[in-house]
Amino acid sequence: MKSFGYTITKDRQIDFDLNDRNVTGFINKVEPSFRLCMACGSCTGTCSAGHFTDFNIRMIHTLVQRGETKHLKKEIMKCMLCGKCQLVCPRGVNLRNLILSIHTALETYGI
Amino acid sequence: MTFNLFVLPFVLGLIFLFFTMIRKNRNWIRRMDPEDKQKLASGLRSAKVFLALREIFFESLLHRKMFHKNPLLGFMHMSFAFGWFLLILFGNLESRIYSGFWINPPYFPIFLKFFIHDKRVLPFEIFTVPGFFRFSMDLILMFILCGMVLAIIKRSHSKWFGLKKTTQLQFSDKVAMTCLWLIFPLRLLAESFTAGAYGYGGGFVTQHLGNVLVFIWPLSDKVVAYAFWWMYSLSLGIFFITVPYSRYMHIPTELILIFYRNFGIHPGKGSEYFSEIEVLSCPRCGVCIDVCQMNSAAGIHDIQAVYFLQSIRNQQVMESIATRCLVCGRCQEACPVGIHTDFQRIVQRESFQQLQFQDYSYLKQETTKKAEVVYFAGCMSHLTPTIPRAMKKILDTSKVDYLFMDEDRSICCGRPLMLAGKLQQARDLIEQNKNKIMDSGATTLVTSCPICYRIFMEEYHLELRVLHHTQYILELIKLGKVPLQSYHRKVVYHDPCDLGRGSGIFNEPMELLQKIADPLDTENKGVDSLCCGGSLGLLNAGTEERDKITQEALSSYLECDPELLVTACPLCKKTFAKLSPVGVMDIAELVMDAIPKDTVIERRLVL
Repeated sequence: MKSFGYTITKDRQIDFDLNDRNVTGFINKVEPSFRLCMACGSCTGTCSAGHFTDFNIRMIHTLVQRGETKHLKKEIMKCMLCGKCQLVCPRGVNLRNLILSIHTALETYGI
Repeated sequence: MTFNLFVLPFVLGLIFLFFTMIRKNRNWIRRMDPEDKQKLASGLRSAKVFLALREIFFESLLHRKMFHKNPLLGFMHMSFAFGWFLLILFGNLESRIYSGFWINPPYFPIFLKFFIHDKRVLPFEIFTVPGFFRFSMDLILMFILCGMVLAIIKRSHSKWFGLKKTTQLQFSDKVAMTCLWLIFPLRLLAESFTAGAYGYGGGFVTQHLGNVLVFIWPLSDKVVAYAFWWMYSLSLGIFFITVPYSRYMHIPTELILIFYRNFGIHPGKGSEYFSEIEVLSCPRCGVCIDVCQMNSAAGIHDIQAVYFLQSIRNQQVMESIATRCLVCGRCQEACPVGIHTDFQRIVQRESFQQLQFQDYSYLKQETTKKAEVVYFAGCMSHLTPTIPRAMKKILDTSKVDYLFMDEDRSICCGRPLMLAGKLQQARDLIEQNKNKIMDSGATTLVTSCPICYRIFMEEYHLELRVLHHTQYILELIKLGKVPLQSYHRKVVYHDPCDLGRGSGIFNEPMELLQKIADPLDTENKGVDSLCCGGSLGLLNAGTEERDKITQEALSSYLECDPELLVTACPLCKKTFAKLSPVGVMDIAELVMDAIPKDTVIERRLVL
């Protein structure tokens, strides 16, 4: 078929029925400060790992909230746990424990 | 005949305890790695044995560290430990007079007064050998009973003993403690009744008490005495049997710990057996409870080292207890037994993190520039940019050729991962940083962050000098490379946990501070320094709890009314600055301020 340089874009609507909200529930329980996030992005701005690669904690937050766990494991492995994000967070989210809890959640639910 | 059925509970208990200890010790030695085995073998043949015996005498018997904590607390522990030791020693010597043999059955000295009734009444009794022992044994028994009375008072009035809070004991401890408390009064009564019934053979206390008891007790006295001998033997036997299941296991285990420690065996990778020895050596004295800021400031009462070690021993460690700790090292410093509580905490955290993995393949090896000195600010210093700026100015002023290794972006040193129990993942980062540092060909590595400093010293094994910036600045000043004018500002210095207690650097920061300001005296200095509350070791706590710890530390340090709170750690600075009513500065910033304005500064940064 002749290519005219156009493609069909996939539907980008989020279908919550397809998502696995187990991780979201687990995180909300073990690290309630997760809910305090206002998505300002300070954590991502200061991130040590983010200076080397496209690691993005705000994105991780969004993924967990939506229950989109597909890429979560690959992303979360990049964190160096240095704790800068936690110190700059204006909402007092306990980000280091959040990362550790996501690890535990992924293990628990076998993702 | 020197045997009676009542000695059986004591003998059986003693045999049980003896074989339990032999079995445990054999198990530990079997699990030792070859290096530790070598140390043990060479240690046993060296003078280190005497050092260990000396430590056992001063710490396990006299309880010197407990005396430093509180004289009454020290006396209580000493009267039990040293008193009981003397009772055994003198009892054995005394029994030799009567038996005439060098070897006695083990129960003979313990129940001597049941078997031997010395009728001789000698003039100036105390100056004769039997009289001297009769007198001493009673005196020692009184000494122990004093301690026992104090121990009972301590359960309800621990404040008199310098302990705001005392340990909440578990059931097995309470059983063992009751037996221990019964042993000595029962001995007193058994000996007194016997002495009273025969009318001779007792010491200055037991004889008189016995005479009174016989006078007021109308029943057959020898039968009553016999019943007390049975009870005395039973309480001893039950106590020995409960030892391996209670906190009193520390009595035999601590001796082994002291020997191993003096032979140069320390906890490390692959020494689970050593962790076990340390866990069993915890006497649950509760000294670690008061010093814990999670207890005093944040109101969390179930995570202190004593309860944590107890949960390890009961094999009921919960992740929430293992992770709710500042790992500030205050309990380790206070521990009279010298248990590595921080190490235990990290080992347990590791067990919860076994399946988790990390991928740092995005960190590519970069070429490093050559320089004499490498400056590593550390992640946290990038959150307090005035510290690296001050360091740059100081290094430029002193005309040092240096490389600012993490000016643009920093690879974490690995300690935060280690504190979370991810030891293997930390090794990846250590490898990356180590290569970068060694590639520079530098002879000195300077860091602004005590967290990085500690791991550089402990885990990196670098073949160059590693200095914290306070040490390096002091060195530059002594070489006359940094011109200074003193400001005479009243400041108070806070020792960061990882720099002070963690790495033993107390003098250099103080010496440096004295050159540029007037440091005030504070209660919590040196090893008693308080944690700022920002610790990366605390994984599982909210902002509220952290703020309470920061507030407690601030109120202590600001008591002396300083103009500035000075620290030497970017994390402490950032944590204090959030809540402090006075300015918070790093020593490097103070030095930068003290450099006269007209100094020519030449930029020597390697680009």
